[in-house]
Parts: sequence; structure tokens; C-alpha cells
Amino acid sequence: MLTKRVIPCLDVKDGRVVKGVNFVNLVDAGDPVELASVYDREGADEVIFLDITATSDDRSTTIELASHAAEELRIPYTVGGGFRDIAGMTKMVAAGADKVSVNSAAIKNPELISLAAAAFGSQAVICAIDAKRVGKADKWEVYVAGGRKATGIDALEWAQEAARRGAGEILLTSMDRDGTKEGFDLALTRAVARAVPIPVIASGGVGTLEHFAEGVIEGEADAVLAASVFHFGTFSIRQVKEYMASQGIPVRLDF
Amino acid sequence: MSHEIVVVDYHKGNLLSVARSLSAVGAEVAISDDPRTISEARGVVLPGVGSFEDAMSYMRPSGQADAVVSSVQRGVPFLGICLGLQLPFQRGSELTSEAWGNGWCPGLGLLSGSVSRLESSRLKVPHVGWNQLHLTERGRQCPLLVDVPEGSNVYFTHSYAPADDIDESIIATKTHYGRTFASTVWHENLFGVQFHPEKSSATGLRILSNFVCIVRG
Repeated sequence: MLTKRVIPCLDVKDGRVVKGVNFVNLVDAGDPVELASVYDREGADEVIFLDITATSDDRSTTIELASHAAEELRIPYTVGGGFRDIAGMTKMVAAGADKVSVNSAAIKNPELISLAAAAFGSQAVICAIDAKRVGKADKWEVYVAGGRKATGIDALEWAQEAARRGAGEILLTSMDRDGTKEGFDLALTRAVARAVPIPVIASGGVGTLEHFAEGVIEGEADAVLAASVFHFGTFSIRQVKEYMASQGIPVRLDF
Repeated sequence: MSHEIVVVDYHKGNLLSVARSLSAVGAEVAISDDPRTISEARGVVLPGVGSFEDAMSYMRPSGQADAVVSSVQRGVPFLGICLGLQLPFQRGSELTSEAWGNGWCPGLGLLSGSVSRLESSRLKVPHVGWNQLHLTERGRQCPLLVDVPEGSNVYFTHSYAPADDIDESIIATKTHYGRTFASTVWHENLFGVQFHPEKSSATGLRILSNFVCIVRG
């Protein structure tokens, strides 16, 4: 049986981990590949590097990161953030990234997803969606520019279009929950999971072990993503997986 | 100088992960597209990038196909990964041009049987993620799987897999996804895995380390 995945996400700026990391025994806590290697040993099923370098068009440090990760990591990894065109994505895949994640650029030009899927295969293309609830009803709008800019696009419709165009996965972040530690937006996660025939990675809001399991059981997500609870050592990946297993969720525990 | 292990480069993708994982378990590794370098290797790894027809249409004219086939026939240990497991079979249905119509592209022909698409109305194809290895009787004796317990999780990403017409006696592990397929095969000095050991964390390193032991006799 295909297991449900637990994915730590690392925010990277100019080649360095941005959010504080509270890890002992790291030679360099700012080195994204070293941190990712720790997660690899601790049982992460994959890792995502999110490049949040805002202004620069120069992605050379991120390409270096992808290539260094290919040498050091023994699990699959994704690089996301800042892609503008297929050329940039191609460089990242050539450097060794297993998957690329595209967000704002695909909103501007949805064809980018089709091109990437044709070039690298759907399994290598993640469409990241930042969604925010509109009013009280179960309706969500897509935001871009790190969640600062509304697009007027319905999140469910966009997820469906991304899947139609060949995205292999949806990385779904609730802007309402991100950073709150109140748990995933389960209604949003479930709505998207039911709307698309591809895996959904739930993101934004994890604060407790129960939240991880809820994301899969109630949110119907195929994978759960978190950042700070791992970086600050609130939970180890093994703790999360053991808890999920105790709730009847198939996870990989032989590491 | 002959290398301990040569990773065959058929110009379809990044081979750093495979090469680095083999180095990490102590092998002396080179990545090469040169048929002569491949022929002289004491162990050959055929990695998994690209598609069946694309890989064959590079390997045949370049002389890589002959180099790999003659190495395997001389008894040189061979490990095929993902597509690299599929290419030794007689034929594959993953076509990228019109050259073979709606039929089959010939493979290296080292193993009998075909490679076909995973079809499922219920499950998502490609099959991507961590899934389990179920050992057969043959698998329990397989030197590639020493210290790999029943039910071990490994990382898959593929849409095609060995079909039901392959020789049952070479199957060392099976995996279920849509259908049950051979996830590890073993015939004499030829080993093939449908998953990616270089992406399968500690279990994958164990398998690669076993292959290095096989190469060293």
C-alpha cells in the first residue's frame, strides 16, 4: 500500500535557511542541505526547499542548492518558488531536483504547467496553491506573492485546471491557518482532495500531533507538510509518524 | 584504468544521486557514456531516467546497448534501476515516436517478457511514493536483498512495470499497485529494481551496498 507522506518544508533565501532552526549537532544550521539530511535520517519521506528570495532573477544559488542536494540526500526533494519560465524549471531538474513546484508564475501563465508536465512528466510537477477563505461559506480564493495578493480565482477551479494541465500534485496552503498552529483548514483540504484526481499535500497550521492525522483522515490529504514544528524540534518526524500509525494511517516507519 | 562500477549515462537526466549513493557505500564509481569504459567496468549500473524508446534509441546507435549486453553475458554484475530494470526485457510499450506504430519497442533482450503500463481506474498513475517490497522464495535467497526485511518501504516513481509474461522464477520481490508487478528481478548476474534505491533512504543504501558486495565477489 502506498504510504501517506510526511514532508518538512525549508524556506530558503539566498541559499540559506531563513526561519530559525533550533537543532543541536548541526555544523551549520543555515545550510539547507545539511538540515534536509537530518530530516532524511529522521524518516522524512521527502523534503521541499522553498526559495523565497524575492527580487533577484538570479537563481544560481538555488541551482547550486539543487545540485548539492542531489549529492547528499537519499530521499526525493522538490524545489519551489520563483520560477518564471520553463527554462528555469529545466535547469532545476537538470541539477537533480526530483520535482519542481510552481505557484504565482502558473497563475499568470497556466501553460507553464502543461509545458513542465510534457518536459519532465507529471510526477515531477507540483502546483502550489495558497488559498484564503472568502466569507463564511466553503469558498476559497487563490492568493499569490507569498499570500499578499488576491487573484479573484477560485481555489477549487484552479486546482482542477492545474490537474487537467498535467500537474502531478497539489501543494495546498491555507493562508488563514499558516503560522497559527490551529491545524490545517480541513474543509479546504478535503474539498480540493475530492475535486482533483491527483495527490494533495496539506500545508499551513500544524501545531499538534493530532493535526497531522486529521489532515489525512478528515482532510483526505495524501501527504502532510510542516515547517516550524520540525525546525524547532517540537516534534520529531518519527513522533509524528508513530502517532499517525497509531491512528491507522499507513506510514513508512522502517528507517 | 577500469572502474569498479560504471553508471551508464544515456543523456536523459541527472545521475548524481545514483553515483553519490554508490560512493556513499564505498564503491569507486564513474559516470560514463563511453561503450569501452562500460565494457571494462567490474559492475554496471543502468539508471532510470527518460522513457523506454528514448533510452533504446540512444543506447543502440551509441554502442552502449552492445556493451551492456556483452558485459552481462560475460558475467559482470549488472544492476538496472527503474527504467534500467525495464530495458533488459524483450520489449516495452512506452513509445515516444511513430517508429513502432502502436506496438512494442525492442529492449536489450536479456530477459524474456515485456514491460507494460500500469493501468488502474481506481489508483493514480504514475505510481509515486513509498510502497512495500514483498519477498518471494527467490527473494529470500537474493544477494541484493541481504538484510532487507519483508515489507520494507522503498520509493517508486513510474508508469510502466514488468508485465505478467515475464519468467516467474526471476521475481525476487513483488509490489501491489493497481496490479501486482515484479519490483525486483534476479537472473544470475543480472539484478533489476523497479524502485529507486538512491531515493529510498537507508533501505536503498543497504541494497546498493549489497550490489557493491556482489561486484567485489
